Parts: sequence; structure tokens; C-alpha cells
Amino acid sequence: MTAYLRPRSLAEAVAARAAEPGYLVLAGGTDLMVNANHRPAPAGLIDLWRLPGAGEISLDAERGQLAIGAGATWLQVQRHPLVVRHAAILAAAAREIGALQIQARGTIGGNVANSSPVGDSLPVLLALEAELELCSVRGTRRLPYREFCTGYRTTALGADELVSAVLVPVAAPAVRLFWRKVGTRRAQSISKVMAAAAIHLEDGVVRRATVAFGAVADRPVRLAGVEAAVVGLAPAQAAEAARAAVAGAIAPISDVRSTSDYRLQVAENLAARMFSELS
Amino acid sequence: MKVTLTLNGQEAAVEVPPWRRLLDVLRDDLSLTGTKEGCGEGECGACTVLLDGEPVNSCLVAAGQCDGRAVTTVEGLATHRRGEEILHAVQRQLVACGGAQCGICTPGIAVCAAHLLERGLGAPGDGANDGASDGAGVGAQAALPLAGKSEAEARAAVRELLAGNICRCTGYQLVVEAVLAAAREVADGDAGATGRPS
Ligand SMILES: Cc1cc2nc3c(=O)[nH]c(=O)nc-3n(C[C@H](O)[C@H](O)[C@H](O)COP(=O)(O)OP(=O)(O)OC[C@H]3O[C@@H](n4cnc5c(N)ncnc54)[C@H](O)[C@@H]3O)c2cc1C
Ligand code: FES
Ligand code: FES
Repeated sequence: MTAYLRPRSLAEAVAARAAEPGYLVLAGGTDLMVNANHRPAPAGLIDLWRLPGAGEISLDAERGQLAIGAGATWLQVQRHPLVVRHAAILAAAAREIGALQIQARGTIGGNVANSSPVGDSLPVLLALEAELELCSVRGTRRLPYREFCTGYRTTALGADELVSAVLVPVAAPAVRLFWRKVGTRRAQSISKVMAAAAIHLEDGVVRRATVAFGAVADRPVRLAGVEAAVVGLAPAQAAEAARAAVAGAIAPISDVRSTSDYRLQVAENLAARMFSELS
Repeated sequence: MKVTLTLNGQEAAVEVPPWRRLLDVLRDDLSLTGTKEGCGEGECGACTVLLDGEPVNSCLVAAGQCDGRAVTTVEGLATHRRGEEILHAVQRQLVACGGAQCGICTPGIAVCAAHLLERGLGAPGDGANDGASDGAGVGAQAALPLAGKSEAEARAAVRELLAGNICRCTGYQLVVEAVLAAAREVADGDAGATGRPS
């Protein structure tokens, strides 16, 4: 018989995680509960749904970071004025995840921990150079999101750790943000390709850009080659340089959702558009 | 485990494994068979219920998660007056407009659409429903069902907000017409602010 624990605080949650490493951590269930009736019952559940405080979204003015609790649902993320103001592409991505019912339940912590190569928030976190706050009975640590996803669905999360928050640096006003998801349909479709970028434009040229893609590799990726190719260029030239740099940077696979050729073509188009849309 | 919940406004308790899907608890343990299973994967929305006032796919909710929470199913949309059942505006319009054919998707659409009417057709994130929701209080601010939207905007909002309710029969057009008709009915005050006759 499956045991059920509902911690009342983050401290209780990490204590439960340490005490019962074999239990499933369950948040909104939109990944874990799929076809649950056809799968063996787990030994136990640690239920994080609506864990008090876990869905809070606030501004850490000192660090210049937006702190988004791991338990924040996609509805909370997309509606929160601080997210809309400081991390508009995260709000935009939240609005394109699944459909209303999925957005009401799916959490940002679940998306991060599930670490699917098609997780829609993940390229956004890469482009925004987000950090994660990871918690265990041993303490709390911060890790750049870039170092979290270590391979196909593998992460740097310790066996006794929980994701407690996503920390997003507040974008400087001069930084322009880009997000685009390409799927078969606007709602309820898994991405064929998605792209996110943060572009610092100064005096009409690109000073620095962070460019990230999803669904084109075994994990969400930053494309350093594209980022290097565009520095010092005006938007129109940057667009062409970015397009040209994509082919050397990724080798997407073919699967049920799309072909390698299609993904590469779309990734090139999106890389160009990030910059051409600036002008 | 013993799960105690407020089901369609009334206290209910049921002894179930915590991993069982809310969908199965409703249909098999509580004999509320209005909620349908389409896909079991969160894709189709046939199993939509309100959990603490928000539309969720009951096939993706573990029974344990419902302890101490409020669940509204399609059976909870109608009101009763002197022993007579009065359908929600959305239900009446789905019937009147031909927005239901085989009916598998209909309970999910009715629950979702009734929720939309209660909180206004503002799309999530467009400002009409601002304020971080915490589950419980979502329906609290009584936005007008049409939220000041033009016909075309309201139609687009209905399409976006019902995008997680898949229908194999109707082609959606008559579903959208029914929801808009219900929204107008509620806005005109025929059915009171909640879509339920007062
Ligand atoms: C129909 C449908 C459509 C979908 N569409 C999209 C889409 O468009 N884009 C997209 O990116 N995703 C999509 N998803 C996937 C899913 O909705 C998201 O990944 C969601 O963010 C998962 O969050 P959750 O809270 O539901 O996670 P859960 O299912 O509860 O958990 C997922 C995993 O994360 C772990 N976990 C959860 N919270 C924590 C935590 N705080 N610390 C450590 N581990 C934790 C769990 O143990 C589990 O392994 C879709 C799913 C469905 C069913
Ligand atoms: S049965 Fe739950 S979404 Fe299809
Ligand atoms: S009426 Fe048959 S699926 Fe919608």
C-alpha cells in the first residue's frame, strides 16, 4: 500500500525526502501521473502540491533576481506581474505549455526536475542565465541552471534534494528577449523546436547575446557558436551570422514529432529571426 | 488512506489508495460517472473537474492530493430548486446550440466553460484576471463573463481557454457558439453572475 506524506513546510519536505528516498516526489502530477493507472503503485508519495510558501514569486532587490518558488504553477507564472515585467519570455512560455488544465497544475519545479529535452521553460532559463535553489537536510545551495541538466533526462539534483526555487536575473532594460515555440498546434503540443534569447543591443550593434534551443539535442542547449558569431554586428548582419552558425552547433534527431532536416531548418530560421526582429 | 473532501459543495469521505487517480475515485468509488475518461494522459480534457476552483484533468490528480480540498464535477454545475434540477447556463446552451454530439467531451467542456464564465473570459495573462492565484480564491473577483471583449476577442479567448478540451464530433464551432451564448446570458443577468439561475 502506497504511503502518503504531505509536508507542511519546505523543512518537512526535505526531511521526508531524506528519510524516504524511495518515495515519489509529486507536485502537479502532469508528468508523473500520465497513465498512472497502468503503472505499478509507488512505495510512497511525498506530495508537494500547494506546499505552503512553495508557489511564492518575489523580487530579491539586493541580488537583482526574481525568485520563483518551485511550486508556482504555469498559471501563476504567466499571470504574475513581476514575471510579466522582468521575465516576459518566461510568462510567454508558461502560456504555451499544454493548455489551461495543464497550466493550472504543472509547476516550474516539475518542469525543471523532469528535465525533458522538450521542456519549454528550460531554454528560457538558459537564455536568462537563471540559477536554481536546491534544498536538502544538508542545506541550501545555488546552481546555475546551465550546470543542472547533465544529459538526457539526467540532472545534478542530489538524491536527497528538492528544487525549491528558480532565480532569474532581472533583465536590464537594454536587453531584448526572444521566445518562440514551434509545434503542430498552439495548445497541447510538444515542441518540435523552441528557441529563447536575451540580446544586449547597444548603439545599434549586438554587445552580447545568450541563445538557447530546446528539442534539438539530448538536453536544452546554449549555442556558444551562435553567441560568438553575432557580437559586434548590426541586427541584419547578426541574423545572417546566427543562421550560418546554427548548422555547426546542433545535430537534431528525427523522431515521431519531426525530422532532423525540418528541425535544423526551423532552428536556423529562428536564430535569424531573433536578430532580424530587433530592427 | 481516508480522503475527506468537499465534493460539489458537500463533505465526502472515501477510503482509497493515495495513488489512485481522482478520475477513478469519482467514477468507481463515488459513482459520479458524469466525468469521462478520454485519453488518461492529460491531453483531451474529458475528465476536467475543478480542484479548489481551478480546472484540472482528474486523470492526472492523485487521490491523496484531494484530501482537505474542494472538487467540483459536472454533477455539481446544476442547481436545485424545489426538487427540480436547473442546468447551468453553459449546459443549457450546449444543448440548445447543438454543442454536444456523442457527449464524451461534453462534461469536461461544461466544467471548463462554467469556470471561464465565473471568472470572465479574460485570457490568462492578458490582465483581465491578474493577481497571483492561489487556487482557492480564483473565482473570487467577479469579472464580467465577457470582460469587456468584442465578439471576435471573446471568440478567440474561448478557443484558447478551451484548447485543452478535444472534441472528435462537433468541429468546435457549435461549442464556441454555446459558450458565447451562455456568456451573453450571464452578462445580461438572466442567470445571475455565476451562470446559475438565482
Ligand atoms: C497534455 C500535456 C501537455 C504538456 N505540455 C507541455 C508543454 O507544452 N511544455 C512542457 O514543457 N511540458 C508540457 N507537459 C509536461 C508537464 O506539464 C510539465 O513538465 C510540468 O511543468 C510538470 O510539472 P508538475 O508539477 O506537474 O510535475 P510532476 O509530474 O508532479 O513531477 C515531474 C517530475 O519532477 C519531480 N519534481 C516535481 N517537483 C519537484 C521539486 N520541487 N523538486 C524535485 N523534484 C520535483 C517529480 O518527482 C517528477 O519526477 C505536458 C504534459 C501533459 C500531460
Ligand atoms: S482523460 Fe484526462 S485528459 Fe483525457
Ligand atoms: S461530442 Fe463527441 S467528442 Fe465532443
